[in-house]
Amino acid sequence: MIRLRPGLIATLLAVLVGIFMLMPLLAVVPVSFTPKRFLSIPTDELSLRHYRTLFEDREWAEGIWLSLRIGLLSAGFATALGTLFSLGIWMFRPRFAGLLMGIALLPMVAPPVVSALTLYFFLITLTKLNGVVAYDTMLGVALAHSVMIVPFAVVLVSVSLAQVDRRMDLAARAMGASLGTRVFKVILPNIKFGVIAAFFLTFVLSWEEIAVTIFITSVEAVTLPRLMWQGLRDNIDPAIAAISVVLIVIVATVVIGRAAVTALRQRGT
Amino acid sequence: MTRITRPLILLAPLLAFLALAYVLPFAGVVGWSVTLPEPGVQNYAAAVTDPLILSVFWRTLRICVIVTVVSVVMGYILSLLWVRGTPLVRMLTELCILIPFWISVLTRAFGWLALLSNRGLINGWLEASGLIDDPLRLVRNEFGVIVGMVHFMIPFAVFPLASAMRNVDERVLMAARGMGASRTRSFWQVFVPMTAAGLMGAALLVFVFAIGFFITPAILGGGRSVMVAELIYLRIFQSPDWGLAAAISVILMVAISALLTLLLKQLSPKGAR
Repeated sequence: MIRLRPGLIATLLAVLVGIFMLMPLLAVVPVSFTPKRFLSIPTDELSLRHYRTLFEDREWAEGIWLSLRIGLLSAGFATALGTLFSLGIWMFRPRFAGLLMGIALLPMVAPPVVSALTLYFFLITLTKLNGVVAYDTMLGVALAHSVMIVPFAVVLVSVSLAQVDRRMDLAARAMGASLGTRVFKVILPNIKFGVIAAFFLTFVLSWEEIAVTIFITSVEAVTLPRLMWQGLRDNIDPAIAAISVVLIVIVATVVIGRAAVTALRQRGT
Repeated sequence: MTRITRPLILLAPLLAFLALAYVLPFAGVVGWSVTLPEPGVQNYAAAVTDPLILSVFWRTLRICVIVTVVSVVMGYILSLLWVRGTPLVRMLTELCILIPFWISVLTRAFGWLALLSNRGLINGWLEASGLIDDPLRLVRNEFGVIVGMVHFMIPFAVFPLASAMRNVDERVLMAARGMGASRTRSFWQVFVPMTAAGLMGAALLVFVFAIGFFITPAILGGGRSVMVAELIYLRIFQSPDWGLAAAISVILMVAISALLTLLLKQLSPKGAR
């Protein structure tokens, strides 16, 4: 069959757009090897001092550790709530399902800055009541992140549920299975990859969350993105280039690895 | 009885959580907007009459329109290759879309600083090659903000565009070519109109995202071209006026809700026809 491929002009333009997409990521690499203490391109010598900073400076280690804990907590919580909710919609098809879904997706579609101000209000109200889940604490940030990421868990689990054969659940129910059995023995095994994907995506979203985090932290709960934000706002710190290179390498490895596996599998069949 | 309680066991946790942690606090923000510093609607009055705030609204609108048009055009070109290229081209295009997409907004903004700032790579190359004597101002102004935002938004434009392009029936294109239309003509008069719904969807999505966006403008604008979201941040943390910040947030929320309603109509099957 003849396939209609894009022509020369389209290809050339797309190459330019592709370069535009990758350029800022590549630009970070030389800057990270500068021997100077400010943003500059190394000319005579290369230095690993900014990579050493990442290991030796406690700030960075603490930021990474805090972001990891917040990510795991909020992703776990959001995935659990999102999965229950999606199951409820799928199994019972309640009246006003569209409206309920709209409420669940609200934090995803609202402008980030409005969510940030809303969660700022929420946490300073909580601070008046207790000191544990409060403004500028780990649990406070985890709770706020959960709000922001829970819609994504709902979307991923719902998409995965849409592919499950409803008759399986109806059969289980007709044979007298309880709600718990239907959920844990019948439905969940069929959507486990959707649930795992939801956990993974919500973790990544919490790990790099910054818009809300700026509003709800100050000096105690300094996550990794918050630390980078401070370094970018005041005097640009080349240690940010080093951490950026590390993050870019991780993402690029995963994305390229996935593409390679897909390509090999397609060749195999 | 059980007929009602059973769905509730599953649905209630999330709904209660969001009601408590999101809906009620938003009501609190609305409360701020009409009670701080004193009861009344003076904050809303200020938001629509204060020339400074109005200029921020206009700048936001202008930047968002430019960002939307540029991202959708660039996204369209990229989607074209992602959907219709050879397998190798498709894979390379996918990398150009997905690697930036998964990388945090801070890293990407930093990358643009490294390229565009006075001591950055571009000015470095231009000076070394003798083309310029003084560095060009490419960042900490509106240009830098637009470049950074376009870079952030392109993947979000690509996803709806690519899905619209995948739905185009190839036989229609072959029919057009078979009946003597040139490549250019079958592209502009057949392919583009068939992806019009995707174009509208992508444009609305990018616009809605761009309008409430504040990290990239704050870093690449350097305080010189403040957009509406950054204005809210500044009115909370730098020159506090919580009532005004709350009022602007409410206005923003209403505007976005209106746009989203439009987007949903566009995406629903009836709207697409």
